[in-house]
Amino acid sequence: MYSSEITQASNFVKGVDTSFLIILGISFFFLIFLTVLMLVFIYKYNRKRNPKATQIEGSTKLEVLWTVIPFLLTMLMFYFGWAGYKPMLKAPDDAMEVTVYGRMWNFMFEYENGKRTDTLFLPKDKPVKLNLVAMDVLHSLYIPAFRVKQDMVPGKENNFMWFEPQKKGTYELFCAEYCGLQHSYMYSYVKVMEDSSFQSWMVDTTQVVAENIESPTATGRRIMQNIGCFACHTVDGSKLVGPSFKGIWGEEVTVTTGGEKRQVLVDEEYIRRSIFDPNADIVDGFNKGLMLSYEGQLSEEDVENIIEYLKTLH
Amino acid sequence: MNSTSVANEANYLKYRGKYKGLLGWIFSTDHKRIGLLYLYSMATMFSVGLLLGLAMKLELLAPGKTIMEAQTYNATFTVHGVIMIFMVVVPGLPAVFGNFLLPIMIGAKDVAFPKLNLLSWWFYVAGVFLVLSAILFGPGTPDTGWTFYAPYSFKTGTNLLPAIFGAFILGFSSILTGLNFLVTIHRLRCPGLKWTKLPLFVWTLYGTAWIQLLATPVVGITLVLVALERIFGVGVFDPALGGDPILYQHLFWIYSHPAVYIMILPAMGAISEIIPTFAQKHIFGYKAIIASTMAIAFVGYLVWGHHMFTAGMSGTAQYYFSLLTFLVAIPSAIKVFNWISTMYKGSINVQTPFLWAASFIFVFMIGGLSGLVLGALAANIYVHDTAFVVAHFHYIVFGGTGFAFFAAIHYWFPKIFGRMYDKTWANTGWLLFFIGFVTLYSPMFYLGMMGMPRRYYDYLQEFHGGNILSTIGSWVLVTGFVIVIVNLVRSVRKGPKAEMNPWHGKTLEWTVPSPPPLENFDEIPVIEENDGPYNY
Repeated sequence: MYSSEITQASNFVKGVDTSFLIILGISFFFLIFLTVLMLVFIYKYNRKRNPKATQIEGSTKLEVLWTVIPFLLTMLMFYFGWAGYKPMLKAPDDAMEVTVYGRMWNFMFEYENGKRTDTLFLPKDKPVKLNLVAMDVLHSLYIPAFRVKQDMVPGKENNFMWFEPQKKGTYELFCAEYCGLQHSYMYSYVKVMEDSSFQSWMVDTTQVVAENIESPTATGRRIMQNIGCFACHTVDGSKLVGPSFKGIWGEEVTVTTGGEKRQVLVDEEYIRRSIFDPNADIVDGFNKGLMLSYEGQLSEEDVENIIEYLKTLH
Repeated sequence: MNSTSVANEANYLKYRGKYKGLLGWIFSTDHKRIGLLYLYSMATMFSVGLLLGLAMKLELLAPGKTIMEAQTYNATFTVHGVIMIFMVVVPGLPAVFGNFLLPIMIGAKDVAFPKLNLLSWWFYVAGVFLVLSAILFGPGTPDTGWTFYAPYSFKTGTNLLPAIFGAFILGFSSILTGLNFLVTIHRLRCPGLKWTKLPLFVWTLYGTAWIQLLATPVVGITLVLVALERIFGVGVFDPALGGDPILYQHLFWIYSHPAVYIMILPAMGAISEIIPTFAQKHIFGYKAIIASTMAIAFVGYLVWGHHMFTAGMSGTAQYYFSLLTFLVAIPSAIKVFNWISTMYKGSINVQTPFLWAASFIFVFMIGGLSGLVLGALAANIYVHDTAFVVAHFHYIVFGGTGFAFFAAIHYWFPKIFGRMYDKTWANTGWLLFFIGFVTLYSPMFYLGMMGMPRRYYDYLQEFHGGNILSTIGSWVLVTGFVIVIVNLVRSVRKGPKAEMNPWHGKTLEWTVPSPPPLENFDEIPVIEENDGPYNY
């Protein structure tokens, strides 16, 4: 919204808002003018006041006039739409690159040094280019305060958006393209910092998000938070898209493997297989094909930390 | 044109042919009965769609779960969209009023191919049943949105294929109706009825028929490709098979955007009939309105890309689609100017159909002007896929087509049923409907500008206020709707008998009795040099 607090949050705000406000202004003028005119006619030429109509079949002069004027106005609108949009198409060469992974139903941000987060941290006044990778279905990265949006299309190469944050603060970041069950929970935040604090945050590998890391279980939990496990799996026993993690460690579960039902013990091997080959064993009462493999996204150490965390959920 | 003394012994409602009762209707090739078959089928589907919409608004009354789970909500907006678009607004005015009025307005006894016309209705019903059974039976109700975007739609609804096949059959119904109307308008005009003397409603049916005929087959092409992919694993749309999900969007909108003009053109036609009648004045700019109709029908094919500005097309394609989108806005503006000018120095009789028509102009202007915001590339990037878009297309499709439909039913009701409705209740229903409509959809513009994405089951606290107002609007709208419908249904049997020409219209349907006799005219009328649809 055009509230003053977020104006100029990015370099595109001016172009987008100019085109928006010009069109809105012209639209309001015509809407009010034509509505009032119509109401005046309905009142003035009501049958009670004007029992006999005057027959007028038309006027070429007027037709030309109200074709040419809307034509000129719409071309003006086109121009401002084009002018505000064109700079979005080409990112500056010196832009900082961040790869954004979208999957059902969370975002993950990966920085040039390999650091990964679930919140987008950015330096102020530096152009940033977001490379958009969709892991499963269409998503759309939308940051209203920055006036930017771009669909994330699976399989599409060189898909990106860029902008330059110009104001410190925390902004909402949504998925705007419908992507299934938890679409409305697929949102995160952009945190814009001074360049100096960003640089120290960036090189600090001990601190991935604001939380402190004390034990493998806390690390495991944080990793799972970052890669979005909890969009589908709870830790309190309630059922979402996938089975809950509560109390599964060391228990037997019924799964379907290659069309056949079997009992299987939840141990390290089972958890590893569930992460890297999630459709091999399908737990009773859940559907196949909803989860994608995390192959290549998690290190051996990450998986060990996750297992340590799962052990604690009783 | 004197046809008051009718030798046709029974009107079309009373006529008894080979079959009795219900069979006499569903096997009737009479264009008027077929029009009513569509009216009843569509009214049923509309009521279902409306209830689903009401349930969605109730869910959005407060953040978090209000009455249903996320899965149910996603299925609800999918089914709401599928029903409202494919089963109500696309067949819309041509199927009901086009069928009923087109032959009478051009002085013909029926459409060119009456049996084909009945077949169209049967296709419609078959399509409806196919889509509904795909929705009701099977592993789960589709939750993809009415656009069935790939690849999500390939991952979830296993019933996608029957649903698209149903849409394909509905499409055939549309194609056949279009073909039938084209031939009827070309071949069956009564003597003296030149193209320049055709009522504007007929002209819009003509433009619409061309779109129905030429754009709808794209749905068939898409179905074949989806089937190839699903059955034989040929990668067309699914990136996992090497396909391109954006290709699906192109094919979908190549049909579905012209479909928007299938929805709105006949609505504009009905308004172009109603305003002159109630102003008792010649329509302003008859030829300009025809030209704008044909311009919309033509340019409307070329703007589908404006649904995809954030999908990742080339810059050049974006510029063309944006430019053409602005061009297609101009003929709509021309129509609005002409309608309002028709009121100038008229003698306006403010009756129910006129109230619907005047409020149509108001909501259509809001819908159209907000479309300009969406047509501009920069502004589109900001509000695309937000509540702003939802508000925009409901203002056009529900506000435009819906208000015109209600204007039309109140205008032609005495002709169709030979009875008049209670005008006080009709006006009360209109007022509540109008207030409810504006209260329901206007806050969505604001929510979109705040950044609330569409198809949201749940939302952040900051979007709460707008959603409360919108939900309250939905209650007012439904109250108005119930009043309108109860009044009309009651009046079919109990209303006072209507005259032949209660509104003093000049088009041919007002020269035959109400309700019209089976074959419309005793003798085919002859249009004289000085006659005309708007010569008051």
